[in-house]
Amino acid sequence: MKLSFATLAATAILLTSPAFAQELPQAVKARQGQFNIMALNLGILGGMARGTVDYDAEAAQTAADNLVTVSQLAQPAMWPAGTDAMSIDGTRAEPAIWDNLDDVLAKWAAFGEAATAMAEVAGTGRDAIGPNMGPLGGACKACHDDYRAPE
Amino acid sequence: MRMFLKLAILAAVVAAGVGLWVTMPDRVDAARFASLSGDAAQGEVVFTAAGCASCHHAKDSDDKLNLTGGQEFVSDFGTFYAPNISPDPETGIGDWDLESFANAVLRGVSPQGQHYYPAFPYTAYTKMTDEDLVDLWAYMQTLPASDVASKPHDVGFPFNIRRSVGGWKFLFMSDAYVMDVPAELERGRYLVEALAHCAECHTPRNAVGALDTARWMGGAPNPSGRGTIPPLTPDELDWSAADVAYYLESGFTPSFDAVGGHMAAVVENFAKLSAEDRNAVAAYVKALPALN
Repeated sequence: MKLSFATLAATAILLTSPAFAQELPQAVKARQGQFNIMALNLGILGGMARGTVDYDAEAAQTAADNLVTVSQLAQPAMWPAGTDAMSIDGTRAEPAIWDNLDDVLAKWAAFGEAATAMAEVAGTGRDAIGPNMGPLGGACKACHDDYRAPE
Repeated sequence: MRMFLKLAILAAVVAAGVGLWVTMPDRVDAARFASLSGDAAQGEVVFTAAGCASCHHAKDSDDKLNLTGGQEFVSDFGTFYAPNISPDPETGIGDWDLESFANAVLRGVSPQGQHYYPAFPYTAYTKMTDEDLVDLWAYMQTLPASDVASKPHDVGFPFNIRRSVGGWKFLFMSDAYVMDVPAELERGRYLVEALAHCAECHTPRNAVGALDTARWMGGAPNPSGRGTIPPLTPDELDWSAADVAYYLESGFTPSFDAVGGHMAAVVENFAKLSAEDRNAVAAYVKALPALN
């Protein structure tokens, strides 16, 4: 009897503990992937703006175009209900996202506008990049401020 | 026995007297500002560096200059609500004078002589220069008035006894800087330790909510109760000074993650400051001693 209780308890702990948590849903991995693609390409442009990387017109243009491409990915499939930080581990997506979808999509659209503005000038010279990093950062911040949980 | 009783009563009276004296609101002498005149343009820089709007702006509003207040700050001692500090004479601070303002910001004392709770970071602002204080006052009077009344704090016994904050101040409030720095780091120290009050979140607190200066900028639990505020000390933060300055300007980490949470508001402020000031903060951060 004692043993079976212990087994039950251990099973219950295993089933509820993060260590035993299921692999992240594909939709969550997909949205995290798109943010990583954003960070990678922002890093290329930001490095040139800061002067830590030599300016290369073609590389800058490609990075900016990639940002635009990410901004054009349809978002809904990556944000199914029940994939917020209160429901599952491995995400920092605030539940507030699902209560404010119009606002979230407006902020995503603002990122698209900032990426497009960057893509229009990224190939024209290093000096064009810095001023366009600000609005891109602002677009990221606007969303993180309200919709990303603290680490 | 009667002798003992007399002594005990005497001791109690002395203790009460000392207690009253210790917890008495400490006020500034307004004469020290007599030779100064406020410059609102300079005051805007102080206002931005001090992050006033980040806490006092109207909750859920993107208008950071509407200082209606209302944002809640959850703590172990209760929930504090940022008050209205707009220039409305009824609901805000429109009927204050410079002396009232100085007592609030530098001493944490209200015009009625009550202690403010240290959720208002006067323990940092007490290091503010008189010129900056006078400029800040001039600037804040130019902002729009809001007639929304402040929400009372939700604080339980014994923390609802404001007088007890006087004892807390006696023990923990100091206008001395935490870190000794050479002259070239003084501007950065002023920004970090006085105006921007970085330690309020980045330094852990003791059981009664005072900053543990022995673990200065060592990181701390998020006051909101979720997650942690990262440490800034060199054993934990391997960013270069240029990385720190760029983060404060752009909100991008060296790996081009973007800032979030309350730090997003801090970056919004620092982005408006001069590159020199961001570099000064970065230099101070890189001069922090390692803790581990």
